[in-house]
Amino acid sequence: MKRYLVLENGNVYEGEAMGASGSVISEIVFTTAMTAYLETLTDPSYKGQAVVQTFPLIGNYGIITPDMESSKINVSGYIVREVCDLPSNFRCETDLDTFLKEQGIPGLKGIDTRALTKCLRESGTMNGAICDRPDEFSLDEIKAYKIKDPVEEVTTPEEKVVSPEGEVKFKVAMFDFGIKNNIARELAKRACEVHLLPADTDAAKVMEIAPDGIFLSNGPGDPEDNIKAIETMKVLKDSGIPIMGICLGHQILALAHGFKTSKLKYGHRGANHPVKNLETGRVYITSQNHGYQVESNSIDTNIAKEYFVNVNDGTNEGIKYLDKPAYSVQFHPEACGGPKDTEFLFDNFISMMENREEK
Amino acid sequence: MPLDKTIRKVLVIGSGPIVIGQAAEFDYAGTQACRALREDGIEIVLLNSNPATIMTDKSMADKIYIEPLTLTTVKRIIETEKPDSILSGLGGQTALTLCMQLAKEGFLESHGVKLLGSSPECIDKAEDRQMFKDTMEAIGQPCIPSKVVTTVEDAMDFAEEIGYPVIVRPAFTLGGTGGGIAKDRDELHEIARNGLALSPITQILVERGIAGWKEIEFEVIRDKDGNVITVCSMENLDPVGVHTGDSIVIAPAVTLSDKEYQMLRTASLNIIEALGVEGGCNCQFALNPNSFEYAVIEVNPRVSRSSALASKATGYPIAKVATKIAIGYRLHEIVNAVTGHTYAAFEPALDYVAVKYPKWPFDKFVYAKRNLGTQMKATGEVMAISDSFESALMKAVRGAEISADTLHLKKMEEVADEDLMERCVTPTDERLFYVAEAIRRGVQIEEINKETKIDMWFLAKIRNLVEFEKAISGRDISFDEYVKAKKLGFTDKAIARITGKPVTYELKPTFKMVDTCAGEFEAHTPYFYATFNRPEEGGENEADFEKAGDKDKQTVIVFGSGPIRIGQGIEFDYAAVHCVHALRELGYRVVIVNNNPETVSTDFDTGDRLYFEPLTPEDVMNIVHQEKPFGVVVAFGGQTAIKLTKTLSENNVNIIGTSADSIDMAEDRERFDALLERLGIARPKGFSVLTLEEALKAANTLEYPVLLRPSYVLGGQNMIIAFNDEDVNEYMRIILAQGIENPVLIDKYIQGKEIEVDAIYDGKDVLIPGLMEHVERAGIHSGDSIAMYPAKHIYDDMYKKLADTTIALCDGLKSTGIVNIQYIVKDNRIYVIEVNPRASRTVPYMSKVTGIPMVDVAIEVSLGTPLADMDYGTGFYRQSPYTAVKVPVFSFEKLTDVDTQLGPEMKSTGEVLGVGRKQATRCTSAAAYSSR
Repeated sequence: MKRYLVLENGNVYEGEAMGASGSVISEIVFTTAMTAYLETLTDPSYKGQAVVQTFPLIGNYGIITPDMESSKINVSGYIVREVCDLPSNFRCETDLDTFLKEQGIPGLKGIDTRALTKCLRESGTMNGAICDRPDEFSLDEIKAYKIKDPVEEVTTPEEKVVSPEGEVKFKVAMFDFGIKNNIARELAKRACEVHLLPADTDAAKVMEIAPDGIFLSNGPGDPEDNIKAIETMKVLKDSGIPIMGICLGHQILALAHGFKTSKLKYGHRGANHPVKNLETGRVYITSQNHGYQVESNSIDTNIAKEYFVNVNDGTNEGIKYLDKPAYSVQFHPEACGGPKDTEFLFDNFISMMENREEK
Repeated sequence: MPLDKTIRKVLVIGSGPIVIGQAAEFDYAGTQACRALREDGIEIVLLNSNPATIMTDKSMADKIYIEPLTLTTVKRIIETEKPDSILSGLGGQTALTLCMQLAKEGFLESHGVKLLGSSPECIDKAEDRQMFKDTMEAIGQPCIPSKVVTTVEDAMDFAEEIGYPVIVRPAFTLGGTGGGIAKDRDELHEIARNGLALSPITQILVERGIAGWKEIEFEVIRDKDGNVITVCSMENLDPVGVHTGDSIVIAPAVTLSDKEYQMLRTASLNIIEALGVEGGCNCQFALNPNSFEYAVIEVNPRVSRSSALASKATGYPIAKVATKIAIGYRLHEIVNAVTGHTYAAFEPALDYVAVKYPKWPFDKFVYAKRNLGTQMKATGEVMAISDSFESALMKAVRGAEISADTLHLKKMEEVADEDLMERCVTPTDERLFYVAEAIRRGVQIEEINKETKIDMWFLAKIRNLVEFEKAISGRDISFDEYVKAKKLGFTDKAIARITGKPVTYELKPTFKMVDTCAGEFEAHTPYFYATFNRPEEGGENEADFEKAGDKDKQTVIVFGSGPIRIGQGIEFDYAAVHCVHALRELGYRVVIVNNNPETVSTDFDTGDRLYFEPLTPEDVMNIVHQEKPFGVVVAFGGQTAIKLTKTLSENNVNIIGTSADSIDMAEDRERFDALLERLGIARPKGFSVLTLEEALKAANTLEYPVLLRPSYVLGGQNMIIAFNDEDVNEYMRIILAQGIENPVLIDKYIQGKEIEVDAIYDGKDVLIPGLMEHVERAGIHSGDSIAMYPAKHIYDDMYKKLADTTIALCDGLKSTGIVNIQYIVKDNRIYVIEVNPRASRTVPYMSKVTGIPMVDVAIEVSLGTPLADMDYGTGFYRQSPYTAVKVPVFSFEKLTDVDTQLGPEMKSTGEVLGVGRKQATRCTSAAAYSSR
């Protein structure tokens, strides 16, 4: 069956239907990661967005549920060049098309994904409709779409505890803005008991847990929309408790310190982004998925310093706070998908908690 | 301050002659290295014994030594030139080994020469089997578990520990006699007992059997600060057991989930870190298809064949970056030349797949065993890029010049059903076609997977192709089906043949760009591949976008020579690259078409534009339609490009230099004979025949010995001397089995002095740079014989006669540009053996020895400049005071069952050149080297 992508600029791409039936309007973003489509689909940071895969052959190893980064697909729609109908992997459970159908996510295949990617790069991120008729929505309808309170939709409704296999050494309060499973796994692996908290949890509740560390997870949408969380962090930031943030968590921590965020033209999404550690000069390849950035020149150098920058475009990729045991990064040290080269950042967080204990 | 300013003069060592396993990729790497050094104003001294290379061109280095790659030579050069550094990692194993020896002897240190790139300790750790194993163990990287045992009980215990199957290798038995694979306890008991009994020291090695595991490679680059990235992953279609050089390879790896991918990627990073490599490195892994278990197979701490492939597959210039790292730069200080504004510290993202298909010499060595194993047998390879595996594979197959444009080979039809699976299981050069044939006959891919261990992913794709072919067989197809056919990689010619109907639809390709970043950043790489996207799908043709200034220039397309094979080697790439340079200098916008990833011509900045596409009529015409060139050049791409002339001229494409008609006149027996008769030039008597009966009759009329060869071939492909009817019988049987389109030529075999001439003709005058005399008797293929310049046994009157004959032939053929002629001189008479109105394999040698840039002169002449207006005069060029000896290099040790006796069919894979004032010394030194 034919299906279309209609962009808000009027571009129409005719392809074939994949996944569930139905139409959807969303923001259209692309990722350049060549593997990890399952991790991408289930990454809560994609809430409200349809994802285009630049790599043309998707679904090659099928669906492997233990590799999911949350309990369900979070993208609104999925666009690929070619979907593999006979996946091959020893852990494969089913194929991608079936999985999209089960999860009710419409997809589109068989379009010139490279042309679409270049269009998004040139014009910046746009809205678009995946639909069965090219005239199903007016361009005004498509333009009017805005991702609304996506964090509310993906945060945990109530506190949940992820326990490590062995002895508990640290208790971590985790603000769940749409956490990827592997962040909790990385912490649990390091003997942390992770308390997943709803995004709007207040400071008093956090202090009740008496955490050894506070963690701000990744998540979807415009960081400035998270008014409650920013306010909470304004209180918690000076508690003396070690803090680490990733992606949206990084941005919220920055906003709580009065720094500014803004939208990137078409974001960084992929598994090949180089970042440079400004303390050591070392460069690492990182997994990234963000459409917003912390503006480097808004960082108050009296209280914080740039920790990482993107080697390609010089944008901010991390901040270290000078007056407290806290740092945050824009990229994803938890990987999944993507390189694990910055896993050591979790170790550093553990060290901060250890150092505090010693004091 | 990234560049190490203490580095001012660097000795670069090349890889020497081309042998199987070490081919043109090192010219590509060496050329990139020289350019990278030059950019930083570093003085370059270059040593390479192979003159048929771009890296040994005057413009590449400040001082060039074309001499044997021996310790003595390197030492002498170091003493004379006093370089402050030496670069080891870009000249293959040959250069690496030499540098290691110099370092270990203390020679480098005592002469104040710094070894750039990886340290000797690092190389030892990677190359010494025990040290490597220890290093891997220390960082927890699994190698293939193995143990030496002396009793059956110990063997059984160890097998229990590592699991079955196990491989038993008895110590000190010839060719591994007594070894084998044991699948269970009973089998092991039997094999171990037998192996111990046969081993003179009662010792066997028990090794975990990993045949059938996936073979995965990563190309990794690390700088001195420890910044490290992977450039590319690659997956072999053929499971472990076939040398990666003989495997069909896809980049990036496709059947690994992110968990497996990152596991092996992280392992690669840890390995390169533990070894301390500074520069490029290749890590090969075996991965159990049924678990996360893996083993490190091998690590190459240098630029390799795989890195050339990875470079071309991604657009990431590994050799250049490795060189920059060697002279002090860090990854994030090196600009990505493809985007122009990002840096080398990133990992390329592909939005296509690249498929490599090896080129094997079995068409030359019809008696060689076609079995593939751990010893590489391919002489070269092609790479194809597309947005689906199917179409990339189809492009690779038709670009490999094996007379196939689909996965169907006629000879497969004759294989009996019951033999078919065995052919699928045994790795040979034709296995892909047997697998396709099995699927065609209805064998389930699950069964093929079970027997061959080829991943289901690949088998399913092959099935897609076979089933589609079946589905459209012998019937009209709809436009949608036609579109699908194009997307799967079928040419119009193949579609017409399969459907049995002429193709009435049209779909123009959408050319896409290789940009290293999957479209994320704007790039200006003029590096394209064809895909098929309808406009409704948003299909965008990126080749439509012009660079500023392009419009002011006329476009010329230069065709490359395809995969390296015996008879068509790196010499042709050398000529093609020179042609491109010359044309650019003359103000043309030059487009290159080639599909060989191991070459300088497929470097994206050699021409103004590169199309990485097969050199077949339809692919080439699509590019012609896209580029609308003023003219095209076929004279420098060997027989591969020559074969295109018919199509090109039928489509009224302006062929610069050699015309289709003159090629036909030289190749067509009757026309050529008529020409010779008209000119009064003699040739060995001969006939052209199509059947065995005709052949026998002709041979007996001529009287034995006779020379047999097919027409329209290059490099004496399939040429033999027959001494009796039996020889003719056997030869015709083999030739006819391959299905010939053109007649077989039978000539009286004349034993005389063989003289080779490369001449340039402008329509009026001829320039002959020199004569080469073949040292072996005539009848040995010219590529296999030792050749000497100047010819020692040709005297003044014969010189004049040869010059006159050459002019007459050029005149008669009306072929402007470059011509190669082979003569036999016997009893003061000249016989013509063959005339090739195109550049031959001797062009690089003659250019270097005489100092005449023959390709440049030929192209200028072809474009209308008379020789009289150029600097080299006409007639015989003044004789060089030097004697040059060209000695062939063979790869016989790599191929079993090949007749090592030399005959008219060329068998050498590469050559070395010695130049000097005294003939004797040079000859010996070149020969001594080549026989190593």
